[in-house]
Amino acid sequence: MRIYVCVKHVPDTAAKITVVGGTGFAETCKFIVNPYDEYAVEEAVRLAQKVGQGEVIVVTVGKEAAAASMRAALALGAQRGILVKTDSQFLDSRTTSLALKKAIERDGAPDIILTGKQSVDSEGMQTPYRLAQTLGMPVVSDVVKLTVDGRNAVIEREIEGGGREVVEVGLPCVIGATRGLNEPHYPKLPEILQAKKKEIKLIPIAELGLSPGPSCTEIVKLEATPERGPARILEGSTREKVEQLVSLLMETEKVL
Amino acid sequence: MANIGVLIENGAEGIKETHFGVITAARRSSGGVFFAFLLNGDASAAKTALETYGVQKVVGVTAAAADFGVRPELQAAALAAAVKHFGITGLLGLGSPRGRDLLARVAALLDAPLVQDCLNVNLEDGTVVKSHFSGRTTATLRLKGNPMICSLRPNSVEPVPAPATATVESFQFPSADCGRIRVKEVKKSSAGALDLAEASVIITGGRAIGASDNYQMLRECAEALGAGVGASRAAVDAGYAPHSMQVGQTGKTVSPKLYIACGVSGAIQHFAGMKTSKVIVAINSDKDAPIFGKSTYGIIGDMFEVVPILTEVLRKRRRQG
Repeated sequence: MRIYVCVKHVPDTAAKITVVGGTGFAETCKFIVNPYDEYAVEEAVRLAQKVGQGEVIVVTVGKEAAAASMRAALALGAQRGILVKTDSQFLDSRTTSLALKKAIERDGAPDIILTGKQSVDSEGMQTPYRLAQTLGMPVVSDVVKLTVDGRNAVIEREIEGGGREVVEVGLPCVIGATRGLNEPHYPKLPEILQAKKKEIKLIPIAELGLSPGPSCTEIVKLEATPERGPARILEGSTREKVEQLVSLLMETEKVL
Repeated sequence: MANIGVLIENGAEGIKETHFGVITAARRSSGGVFFAFLLNGDASAAKTALETYGVQKVVGVTAAAADFGVRPELQAAALAAAVKHFGITGLLGLGSPRGRDLLARVAALLDAPLVQDCLNVNLEDGTVVKSHFSGRTTATLRLKGNPMICSLRPNSVEPVPAPATATVESFQFPSADCGRIRVKEVKKSSAGALDLAEASVIITGGRAIGASDNYQMLRECAEALGAGVGASRAAVDAGYAPHSMQVGQTGKTVSPKLYIACGVSGAIQHFAGMKTSKVIVAINSDKDAPIFGKSTYGIIGDMFEVVPILTEVLRKRRRQG
């Protein structure tokens, strides 16, 4: 079974983001594997182990620095990586999907493609869908449980109100992972050392011969979200504090 | 002429309060006919509610297949066909799990520009505002191409009525190709039907809750508030609450009018999921908890002492009307 996992290299969820030049940011902060993609990698590795003869290939579209996150994904147990090299952190998700498709098709025929349901930097929430469309595969996202049986997958996905939907789909397909799918393990030292020796094939994006279409989205402005100020701390006995709070919420804020 | 359409994704279950904010946001950009597409629902029954908010044409979208309701690919194909048929230049929907899934499918089918989870939209000039980096930055994006497709974060635009007179039409998608995905079963949560992401008031318990049974205290308070109950990642990791209740970076992103955080320290990843709330109240026994630095009101005190009093006071005030 050939499993491809699409992984994005993103700023750490706790890193301070400094806007540069109105539409970009200082890329000197710490970067990590996009957390949702990490669930996808872990699931792919477990699935490959379960079926026995499985190969897990990590595919990334990003700058050369993204190789660091790919090494982290390889340490989780993926066998090798393909990095489609770009000059920009932000790529329209249409272009990203096309680049992923070309890179995967050049490499081999996927039985299943896993990725995160969204990235935590540009929060596009659409790459799994566009990738599936360009490959002519079905897609299921927000996935919290995946069971593969032969050429069939039974999937549980998160829906409104904490409910779940059980869906059935044939392989090959694209899966968008979310939290709850698994708990990624901490790689052991030998895994980290082995990952350093694993192959990462570099493909400059220009070599893929993409022909971007007319529709896309572009960032026209990026700005720091204004921080909220400190709380007004209510004083008095507990009951007095609560009475004050309820009055403020009902009469001043009108939110109750 | 801009024909703008709003997607009511859960036609069978009826229109939700949060849809009216989406309709209000979309209406501002409508220069031509203002459409509502009701997926698999009774368009005539929805007419009155929709025209109160300015909808001029209510279109019930269905397909010939009997199992249309459990075929997400067919639903998306039918919707994409309706969008083309009525010359829609902008389609806006609710950023609910179902809304986001359908809109992404439609955008992929039409190869159209899509922005999910918008905080505001201006379909006239094709720009939208959304969070980047989990709310640490705010981005203004331009959509290039046609139709423009967006989902709006629930509760991010205040609903404003604008009465109009609507006509009702049905659009039946002729294809019988059901697609490759079939929904076998829907498991409803015991936690209740109110979706956290769509609740207008939320009360959340952090790690200090100490045990899953203690959420009962918050549920009682939530009942008095008319609120949904959330949890922090620390509480979920400790096994006190299911992941479906988690607010934050890898959980739900919420934007209620009122967010009450009990025993939540206020990590940046938690704020990522709730910082666009209108009013944030922090209840925490640690006066140095970071949450007090970024909230509207703070009560320094033990949640096990404060919350039951809050419930009591709310009940009393409600009785007084």
